[in-house]
Parts: sequence; C-alpha cells; structure tokens
Amino acid sequence: MPTIVSHPDEVKVLSRRFGKGATNIDKYIALDGYKATQLAIEKGPEWIIAEMKASGLRGRGGAGFPTGMKWSFVPKTSDKPKYILVNGDESEPGTCKDHVLFLEDPHAVIEGTIIAGLAVGAKTGFIYLRGEYRYLLKIMEKAVADAYAKGFLGKNIFGKDGVDFEIITQTGAGAYEVGEESALMESLEGKRGIPRIRPPFPAVVGLYGGPTVINNAETIANAPHILLMGGEAYAKLGTERNGGTRLFGISGHVERPGVYELPMGYSLRDAIYKVAGGIKGGKALKAVVPGGASCPILKADEIDVGLDFDQMAKAGTMLGSGGIVVLDETVSIVEFALRTIRFYQHESCGWCIPCREGTDWIKKTLTRFHAGGGNKKDIDNIQYLAENMMGRTFCPLGDAAAMPTLGFVKKFRSEFEEYLEGKRVENLLIQITPVGEPELAGAAH
Amino acid sequence: MSAITNTIFSPELAARFDKLVTIYPVKRSALVPMLLYAQDEVGYVSDEVVAELAERLDLLELDVRSVLSYYSMLRTKPAGKYNVQVCTNISCMLRGGFELLQHCKDTLHIGHKETTKDGLFSLEEVECIGACCWAPAVQVNYDFHENLTPAKMDAVLAGYAAGKGANEPPSPSIGSPAPEAK
Repeated sequence: MPTIVSHPDEVKVLSRRFGKGATNIDKYIALDGYKATQLAIEKGPEWIIAEMKASGLRGRGGAGFPTGMKWSFVPKTSDKPKYILVNGDESEPGTCKDHVLFLEDPHAVIEGTIIAGLAVGAKTGFIYLRGEYRYLLKIMEKAVADAYAKGFLGKNIFGKDGVDFEIITQTGAGAYEVGEESALMESLEGKRGIPRIRPPFPAVVGLYGGPTVINNAETIANAPHILLMGGEAYAKLGTERNGGTRLFGISGHVERPGVYELPMGYSLRDAIYKVAGGIKGGKALKAVVPGGASCPILKADEIDVGLDFDQMAKAGTMLGSGGIVVLDETVSIVEFALRTIRFYQHESCGWCIPCREGTDWIKKTLTRFHAGGGNKKDIDNIQYLAENMMGRTFCPLGDAAAMPTLGFVKKFRSEFEEYLEGKRVENLLIQITPVGEPELAGAAH
Repeated sequence: MSAITNTIFSPELAARFDKLVTIYPVKRSALVPMLLYAQDEVGYVSDEVVAELAERLDLLELDVRSVLSYYSMLRTKPAGKYNVQVCTNISCMLRGGFELLQHCKDTLHIGHKETTKDGLFSLEEVECIGACCWAPAVQVNYDFHENLTPAKMDAVLAGYAAGKGANEPPSPSIGSPAPEAK
C-alpha cells in the first residue's frame, strides 16, 4: 500500500482529506463533500467557468492548458451529446499522484466530473483508469455506486428536476499511449489507442463525435475545492498564471519519497532537500527529471527553479506530470537514457513513422553503445534522430521520447564520450545482451 | 439468461457482459474491459474468447484481434497462476528494480514472459505501474507489492506459493503513520 507522507511545507487543498477515510461517502460528506456540486447547480455554468478561469488552474496531466478555458471552448449547443472524460490512465514513468487520489479521495473525482458536466452541459462522464489500477477501479466503482444510492448521480440529482448526470467507470488494458487524449477516446470507443489528428479538437468533435472535455483526474478533482474556496483564493496559492497547488510525486534517490502537495512555484531544490529529505544515503545529487520521464533532465546546478509551468519552460524543461525523479551521483546517464528510450520504443503505437522508427533506432543505437560497441558518431546520430522526431507526429509521444533524449546527449555529452573511452560506472544495472553486427548502417547520416 | 446461449463464461461473468454492452452510447466501447475481464476468468484471451466477444459486440473476430494485439496486459497464451510483474522503469530502476528482476529470475528459474513448470508463477518485466514513490514495486496479478528488497520478494513469493495473498482484498492505507518531517 502506498505510504501517505506529510511535510509542514505542504499546502493541503486536494490532499486535505487524504488519510481521513474519505472513501466512505458519509465521511466525505462530513468533510464538506458534495457541497461544491450543490453550489454549482445553484449558480450555473457561467459562474462555474468564471471561477475556474479565475483559479488559474492548468492541466495536471502535463500539458498545462488552462482548465477554465478548455471548458469554455465547448459549444453551448450541440446536435450530439456532450461528454466529460476523466483521464486516469496515469502511465508517465515517475508519476503516481492519481494513484493516491483514487485511493484516498475518489468522491472528489466524481464531484469534479459532475461539476465539469454542469459547466459545459454534458450529462455523461467517463472515468478511465489504467488496467493495472484494478484495486483503485474497485474503489471508484464503489464510490460511484454510493453516489448513485444517495441521489448524487442519475436523474434529478440532489433533487433538482432536469439535472441529470451519469458516470461510467472504465478500465484500460495496458498502454501508455492511451494517456494521450485522442488515443484515450479511441480506447474508450473499443479500438486500438491510435491518436487522432487535430483539429477538430475534442471540445468540438470528441468521444462518439460529440463535444468532449478531457481532463486529468487531478485537474478535475480540483474543481470542487476551487468552487468552495473561490477561484481567486485558489489562484493566490500559486504563482502568476499558475494557480493553486499540485501533487508532486518525488521518487528515486531521496530519503523520503512520496506524493506531496506543494504550492505551484515551490522551489525544486527545497522539494528535494527539504520535503523529500535530501539525497538518499547522503550522496551527491547528479540530476533531476522534473516532471515524468518525458521532461528534459536538469543537472545538479540547475535546480534553483520554481515548480510551475512557466519557470520550468524557461529552464528548458517541463513541469509535466509532476513526477520528480531524483538521480544521485552513481547513476550512469547512458544507462538511464537507454532505460528511458526502451520505454518509449515499447509504447510507441507505431502510427507515425518518425516516432516508430526514431524510438527504435535510438534504442538500438543506445543498446549497442551501452554494451560497449559504440563510437563517437553514435552520439551525433542519437541527437539527429531525436531532433527529427520533434514536432513530426500526430501526438506528443514522439516529442516525449525525443525531448529527454536530447537532454541526455546535450547535457551529458562528456559522459557519453567517457563511456566510449571505457570509463564506465562500476555497477551497470541493465544486463548487457550481445548485439550482432552494427544495426545502425544506413540509419542516419 | 445470457444473451448468448452457449457462453464459455461463468454465469456471473456472462450476466456482467450482458449488462456491460448496454451502458455505452456505442456497444463496442465495452470491448477493452471485456477482453480484460474475460482474461481474468479464462487465464488468457483464447480463440473461444475472441469468438464470443465478437458475437456479443457484433464485430468481426478480426476487429477483436486488432484491439487485443494492442494492449500489453492482454495475452493469447496462458500465464502462471500468479503473474509476477517487475517494474524496471526509471523510478524502480533507481531503487533496485533490476536487482529484483534478476532475483526473481534466479529464484523462479524462469525468464521474461516464461512460466514455471508447475504453472504456479510466470514472470514479466513491465513498464511503469504507477507506484514510483514506493519503488521498487511489483504487481502479482493485480496486487501491488511495494518498497521491496530481494528478501521481501522471497516472502511475497512464498506467500503466494502457500496460497496466501492471492485474493487478499486491498485494505485502504488510511491511518498509516506519516514520517516525522525534519
């Protein structure tokens, strides 16, 4: 079971019910549960969207798109039904925040989904969890059933005539790509998780062809808190254009790994050294992957930066999914790069050639490089391949594979060169499998 | 009474499927969950499973197979009774995931996607399972095991071998003590 951690620097908005038994609906109600939904019914869609816009909440899945704006893009009238789709396919390596959210506060996700529905005029919401989260799916299913039993879901919710909302929970079956919004819709429609080209954007043509709001689970669970405390008050917790707080999962070589709720803009250095207790075993810090595997790596001297979308972009990386992965001095970047690209190669859906071929060639090159069969030109080739994937695919998976790869070879080029000279770290983790003749011939020039 | 007269599933699962196909705007939306639930019961997605799901959803078997081949949790061959899935992705790698994988290989005498002779265990190296802050983590069927060491892994495997823990209902983590902040 996940250990629930705590630190005085945390600002608990989303996590304020964690550890308090809020999976129980009565307990949840006693902790101000379902008040925000009733307020939302009373005040109406324009008020909801105005509060969401004022909150400065930006998408917690990784892209950081302003949520209020996303909701306002949904056309008021539509021939086809509108839908809310909650993305709980959490698969970005380094990310386990939604795991804790589903475990500790499932009703907040339900409430957020209803509120989004009220805001845009949707009457059906889907909560999609990755297939591996079966025990969390059961918790969500129970929470949904309890909400139906109380009359908070179904027809005439909260006794209000004509206010209907249905929620369907759904399981995936193992696919990182399905966390991408358009692939997620494909999966929910019973197909392979292949991305769709945009435009049209989901807000106009989404699930089953109807206008659809797709939000990350953490994003949607913020909605009830925002309505209760007021958008402006929520915004003030964070920094400019980066309202509120966020669940950060700190993992890797730290003393106290865990999911912590910190205000947007909180110092990355403090998150590592104060909140997570510093580097495990008193070792030196080598680097940090600040927001899930797809974010370019930061070197040890680059961590004096605030954890919000804009400051991270300025630092040449991304806030991403909030999964902070900490690497100590013993880690071989060559090996870390290989493990990262192995993941993206495995998860590339194969639809777009630059991603399918690019991830495969980088993996092959790095596998050979790691096994001791590399040469100097490989480093350039890896960079060349990654640069040519950028921006050339339907969905962001190609970029997600290319960006960290570019970070590794650009920031740690000397380490790749030293690796060639035989200065390998002593204990390599990834088993070296014999690689045949150079597979790279003709790959990139 | 199932919608399918000669269903291969248990009456409970057949009834569940009868309902599942009715709740979506489009019937086909039930396909991914049905594949997984069918696998849970049958052990893998057999030809018979494919045929029945195609019939239930008015799809071609080809459509079902096309979806089946996409998702990494779905398999077309039986696995062990307990499928041990060791994560070696970045967060787990940094805290001993590869060591754990090697330990499982040595202990169970099987490799990636192989099954022990007695059919009790199968082993898989998997991608991130969303337990990064409690790394290294392993899933046995759907049960998570976290903060593992080779010794703890032995205890986990021994528990399953003794028939314990397989259907262990997940207990909420509520009340687990938070470490003192410095």
